[in-house]
Amino acid sequence: MKRASPSGSRSSLAKWATAPTLLWTVLLFAAPLAFMLMVSTWKRVRGKLDPVWTFDNYEKIFSKSYLLDGLFNSIEVSLTVVAISVMVAYPLAYVLAYRVPARWQKLMLVLMILPFWTSYLVRSYAWSVVLGDNGIVNSTLLAIGLVDAPLHLDYRRGATVLGFVHFFTMLLTLTIYANLVQINPSYRAAAADLGASRLQVFLRITLPLSIPGIMVGAFLTFVITMGDFITPQILGGANELLLPQSIILQIQRATDFPMAAAMSVLLMLSVTVAYFALARWLRLDRM
Amino acid sequence: MSRLRFDLGWVYLALGYTFIFLPVLVLVLFSFTSRDVPMPPFEGPSLEWYRRIFGNERMVHALVNSVTLAGGSSLVATVLGFLGAYGIARHPTRWEGLMRYLIMAPITVSYLIVGMGLLVTFHVMGVPKSLWAVGAGHVVINLPLCFSIILAGLGEHQRNLERAAHDLGASEIQALLRITVPVTLPSILAAYCLSFTLSWDEFIIAFLLTRFEVTLPVLLFELLRAGSSPELNAAGSVVFCISMSVVLVAVALTLGRRSSRA
Repeated sequence: MKRASPSGSRSSLAKWATAPTLLWTVLLFAAPLAFMLMVSTWKRVRGKLDPVWTFDNYEKIFSKSYLLDGLFNSIEVSLTVVAISVMVAYPLAYVLAYRVPARWQKLMLVLMILPFWTSYLVRSYAWSVVLGDNGIVNSTLLAIGLVDAPLHLDYRRGATVLGFVHFFTMLLTLTIYANLVQINPSYRAAAADLGASRLQVFLRITLPLSIPGIMVGAFLTFVITMGDFITPQILGGANELLLPQSIILQIQRATDFPMAAAMSVLLMLSVTVAYFALARWLRLDRM
Repeated sequence: MSRLRFDLGWVYLALGYTFIFLPVLVLVLFSFTSRDVPMPPFEGPSLEWYRRIFGNERMVHALVNSVTLAGGSSLVATVLGFLGAYGIARHPTRWEGLMRYLIMAPITVSYLIVGMGLLVTFHVMGVPKSLWAVGAGHVVINLPLCFSIILAGLGEHQRNLERAAHDLGASEIQALLRITVPVTLPSILAAYCLSFTLSWDEFIIAFLLTRFEVTLPVLLFELLRAGSSPELNAAGSVVFCISMSVVLVAVALTLGRRSSRA
C-alpha cells in the first residue's frame, strides 16, 4: 500500500477479486491433475486401489505393444492431420486474405465457422453417412459408373483423418488468415518493385511471415487431435485404437484407474513436448 | 497468367467451402428423409424424425439437462472470469504473470485430461458422478476463454470512467456494478455465449462424469452405438438451431447496445 489513495479501502475489492478464480482453477484443475499424476503410480489389486509408489503402470505401457500402439497411432494420426490441414487451409486463407474483397472477408469467415455449430458428435457421424457403402460418395460413383462395387471408405484410419481435417481446415484457415492480414502490404509491394516474381514474393516474404500463424494453428490441431475420443471412435472402426480410446477402455472395461491415469499422463507429456518444441522454435525464429 | 491464377483461387475457394459444408448439408438434408436410414436416395421431406425426438422423453430430458448445465456452468465461468480479469486489470501485483499463467493453463490441456483428472480424483474421494461434477469441469475449460475475452474488454477507457465515479463519491462496489459491468457487458455477453455453445456440445467430460442423468451428447453417443438413424440427424440439426439462437441473441444484444450508445 505504498500509493496513498484518497479512500483507503478503494482497491480492496480488486485486490481479492482474483481469489475465487484462482481457487477454482487450483482446486478443480491443478489439484486433480497432480492427484492423477500420483494415482498413476498406484496399483489396482483385486478391484481395490493400492496406494503404493511404483512405475509398474508405465513399465507395462512400454512393454505391451497393444498399449503403446495407441500412443504411436495417435502421434501418427495427429501429425498426418496437421500436415494435411495446413496444406488444405493455407491456400484458402491466402485466397480469403488477398483475393476476396475486404468487405466480403468477414462474411466468408463467419460462413466458414457456421457448420461447426452443429453437434460435434453428429458431425463425425455425418461423415460415415457420406463415406458409407450406401453413402453419397459411393452412390455417386456407382451411378456414373466409375466403380462397379462400393469402395470401403469408412471405418478406417483415412476416415478418422478426414473427419479431423474437416474441422481443422476451418481452424487453421482462421489462424493463418489472421496472420496474413497482419503482414504489412508494403513488404510485398517493395519486393515486387525490386523485381521479385510472384512466386519469389510468396516464398521469401509472405510464407516466412505467416509461419507464426501456421505454427499456432498446427499446435492447436495437434493438441486437440491427440486428445479427441469421438472422431476415431465413430469413424475409425475396430482395426486400431488411438490413445484416448485406449484410455477410455481402461476405465470402462478394465476399471483400472491407475493405468488410465498413467496413459493420460503420457498423453499430457506428448502435448507438452510439442508445446516446448513450438515455443523454442518460435523464439529461435524471432532471433 | 494473372487471370488464370485469379480463377484458380476462386475454384479452390469454392472447393474448400464445398468440403466444409458437404457433411453438414448431408446431415441436415437427411434429417428430413422419410426413409428410416439417413442414406441416399432422399425421399421426403418429412418431419417424422423431429416428431420422434421431441416425443422421446429421454431425449427431451437430456436436452433440458444440457441446456441447464450449459446455462449454469457458463454463468459461473463468466462471473469467475470477470472477477479474475477485474482483479488483474485493476490491482496489478508482481504475481500477475503467474496468476495469468495459472488461469490460462487449462486451455493448454485436452478436455479428456481435465475430465480424467476430475474422474480419478472424485473416484478416489468417493464423490459420486453427477451433472454437478460435469459443471465443475465445464467451468474449468471455459474459464480461460471468459477471462481472456473480458480482460480484453477492460481497457483504459473504462478505467477513466471508474475513476470519475470514485471522484464523484461512488464506493468501489457501486463503481463496479454501475460502471464497470455495464460498459464491459458486450465482452461479458460474448464470453457467456461462447462458453454456452462449448459447454452444451461438450462430450468427453460429460461422458466421464455422468452415470444416470446424462447430457444430450452423451445420449446421442449411446444412440449412435445402436446404429445410424435419421433421428441423430434431426438431433444434430436441433443442436445447430439452439447454438445459432444463442449466438444470434448475443450478436443482437451487442449490436443493439452499440447502436443505442452511438
